[in-house]
Amino acid sequence: MRHIISILIENEAGALSRVAGLFSARAYNIESLTVAPTEDPTLSRMTIVTEGTDRIVEQIIKQLNKLIDVVKLLDLSEGPHIEREMMLIKVKAATMAQREDVKRLSDIFRGNIIDVTPTTFTIELTGSGQKIDSFIEALAEHKIIETVRSGVSGIGRGEKSLQV
Amino acid sequence: MELSGAEILVRSLKDEGVEFLFGYPGGSVLHIYDALYRQDDVKHILVRHEQAATHAADGYARATGKPGVVLVTSGPGVTNAVTGIATAHMDSIPMVVITGQVPSAVIGSDAFQEVDAVGITRPCVKHNFLVKDVTKLAETIKKAFYVATTGRPGPVVIDVPKDMTDPTIKIPYHYPDKVTMRSYQPTIKGHSGQIKRAVDLLLTAKKPMIYSGGGVVLGNASEELRTFVRHLGYPITQTLMGLGSYPASDPQSLGMLGMHGTYEANMAMHDCDVLIAIGARFDDRVTGKIAEFCPDAKIIHIDIDPSSISKTITVDIPIVGEVSGVLQEMNHLLVTGKKEPKKKALAEWWKTINAWRATNCMNYDRSSEHIKPQRAIEIVHEITGGDAYITSDVGQHQMWAAQYYGFEKPNRWINSGGLGTMGFGLPAAMGVQLAYPEATVACVTGEGSIQMCIQELSTCLQYGLPIKIIALNNRYLGMVRQWQEFFYENRYSSSYMESLPDFVKLAESYGHVGIRIEDPKDLQAELERGFAMKDRLVFFDIVTDQTENVYPMIRAGKAHNEMHLSPYGGELPQDPQRELS
Ligand SMILES: Cc1cc2nc3c(=O)[nH]c(=O)nc-3n(C[C@H](O)[C@H](O)[C@H](O)COP(=O)(O)OP(=O)(O)OC[C@H]3O[C@@H](n4cnc5c(N)ncnc54)[C@H](O)[C@@H]3O)c2cc1C
Ligand SMILES: Cc1ncc(C[n+]2csc(CCOP(=O)(O)OP(=O)(O)O)c2C)c(N)n1
Ligand SMILES: [Mg+2]
Repeated sequence: MRHIISILIENEAGALSRVAGLFSARAYNIESLTVAPTEDPTLSRMTIVTEGTDRIVEQIIKQLNKLIDVVKLLDLSEGPHIEREMMLIKVKAATMAQREDVKRLSDIFRGNIIDVTPTTFTIELTGSGQKIDSFIEALAEHKIIETVRSGVSGIGRGEKSLQV
Repeated sequence: MELSGAEILVRSLKDEGVEFLFGYPGGSVLHIYDALYRQDDVKHILVRHEQAATHAADGYARATGKPGVVLVTSGPGVTNAVTGIATAHMDSIPMVVITGQVPSAVIGSDAFQEVDAVGITRPCVKHNFLVKDVTKLAETIKKAFYVATTGRPGPVVIDVPKDMTDPTIKIPYHYPDKVTMRSYQPTIKGHSGQIKRAVDLLLTAKKPMIYSGGGVVLGNASEELRTFVRHLGYPITQTLMGLGSYPASDPQSLGMLGMHGTYEANMAMHDCDVLIAIGARFDDRVTGKIAEFCPDAKIIHIDIDPSSISKTITVDIPIVGEVSGVLQEMNHLLVTGKKEPKKKALAEWWKTINAWRATNCMNYDRSSEHIKPQRAIEIVHEITGGDAYITSDVGQHQMWAAQYYGFEKPNRWINSGGLGTMGFGLPAAMGVQLAYPEATVACVTGEGSIQMCIQELSTCLQYGLPIKIIALNNRYLGMVRQWQEFFYENRYSSSYMESLPDFVKLAESYGHVGIRIEDPKDLQAELERGFAMKDRLVFFDIVTDQTENVYPMIRAGKAHNEMHLSPYGGELPQDPQRELS
């Protein structure tokens, strides 16, 4: 099963490599990993999307908890949660027909066109990974020049939170 | 008090109670060596190779329970130390390794003798630190000792750039009494509800089994274990790492289990209905084929590290906690509770076990014209009254030491189990002998392994360490040869050792005593003669039977009831499982 694991980790040099190194050393899957500072400058927040059997995911969580720099950890997939990913995508839009169709699709998916040239549109789209996949699929007949995905960020719904 | 970084480092070690620092100098640590020169609280032991520094510190830690401490220079000093750090990591040994680093300003520029020490050691340490601010040095050292010695112990590396030890920069010194880390709170106390459930389950057992490991030694819980086992009257088997935490001579002890475990221990594991694992981690050398591990058993597991639990074998009652506390609580419940072990079923179980035992699986050819390695170990036991510290290298000799010495006390059996590092034995013995100058310390080794850290004979001379080296010289990388005999149709590819040195002359050239023993008739007298030289290092070059194998043996990936047994054992009580003999 796919799991989204949120981690609060000491904002120290090398913290990221401890997590990344753990996944490669123990041959765990890693679909995406995002990391950025939080409102507390001593802490970073990481979101890891991984996949594995229950036994493997249990080990992943235990091994992550064992890292000395990990302050707290939550498996978001265990409860209701919100998952978002951001994508920047540059699409060929040279003819009138192309420009109209791309604009229409972007509107349907609630994307924002954030850069325009005579031959390209760059669209910003936020949503679940699935929505982003669908948007890319919808653009199939157009020429995609570049996609940049942020990787998943996640947060628990309601009262549930990950804090120290 | 104002001190330089180098002085702070040395003073912190003193305030931490460090007796010995095992190390080797070089450019990036010269400020520290200068600070060491100007004090005599922390004794520096100059080894001959950084690998030996780590093994010596490790041996010291295993024998005393106190953390071992190492100092090496940047670059090759660090890379040489990695094998010893990984060895300690696999066996959960508390150790603090201080590595020199190039000055902060040139880190990352491929400076002379620069390696990414934090990066290289990351996968084989419990934690590591790079010191970036000299005002945090003392606190970092405190944290390193705290992390290394609490929870599941392990090695911690502190990488110290040269400018952090600059003798011209003096700052106030304060060594903290304790530190807290919000990201590190080792769980100590087991959950009482789980403990009660475990005791209830244990008392329902008809064919119970206790399987204990290195965690009992590390957690200093040997007394509690003895009380627990004796109260229940259940059989106990121990892993290679647990030997000594329960006395080998006790009738309830079935000896070691696993790949080279006894017939009775492995058969009892296979047939038991309730298993309690105590500070053991279900290593693959123990479990054999996972799918057939204790097929009928409900399993209880006590371990301080949650990630050891249900890693390879799913357990029914996990208890995360310090083994001594958990066992104390269990012992209390057993003594105060109304329920008793099932006497009748237990008597039946012991009958079955005793029939397995009667096969005498550890017997060997006692009338051979060659020296049998097993006999050499038995004699060492007799001479030392079973009370020596025995370190070992890796190979057949290691298994014979484990099987035939008969350890009665914890912390006496010092070997590399998890990583299986050849070269460990001699330097580890140095650490033990320094800790206990009066004790008898013997290193059981092979002619292959001893050559991996033989240079330490020089260190032994310098510090007057009267270690007894028992080299079981079979002219083979014996453990490799055994696998080739069993699984590669006797194709002995690169396992024969040619051009061996004359070990007697070698020992003598290092200023020690060498004794070569070739005839079984001389074995006892020559060992006695050597052991009587209390203040000398004696190198026994014992020429043993080249074809001897370690029995019993379970092939990797086979189940506990599928063992290769020695041809010298007795009859098996039920259908013979002898595949090869
Ligand atoms: C050539 C060779 C052959 C081998 N053959 C065998 C064999 O036949 N049989 C065998 O048993 N081994 C054998 N080994 C060793 C094997 O590889 C493992 O090292 C060993 O089985 C592990 O022992 P252990 O389970 O006791 O764990 P250890 O590595 O000693 O780990 C200790 C466990 O206890 C936990 N712990 C630590 N401190 C505490 C505490 N205070 N409280 C609670 N828990 C704690 C730790 O978290 C860990 O899970 C062999 C090794 C070699 C090199
Ligand atoms: C550093 C290292 N390299 C290789 C091995 C693989 N290995 C395990 S046992 C063994 C043979 C050891 O030979 P020796 O020391 O003579 O002991 P014997 O088995 O003959 O008693 C080897 C090569 C190892 N464990 N460690
Ligand atoms: Mg040999």
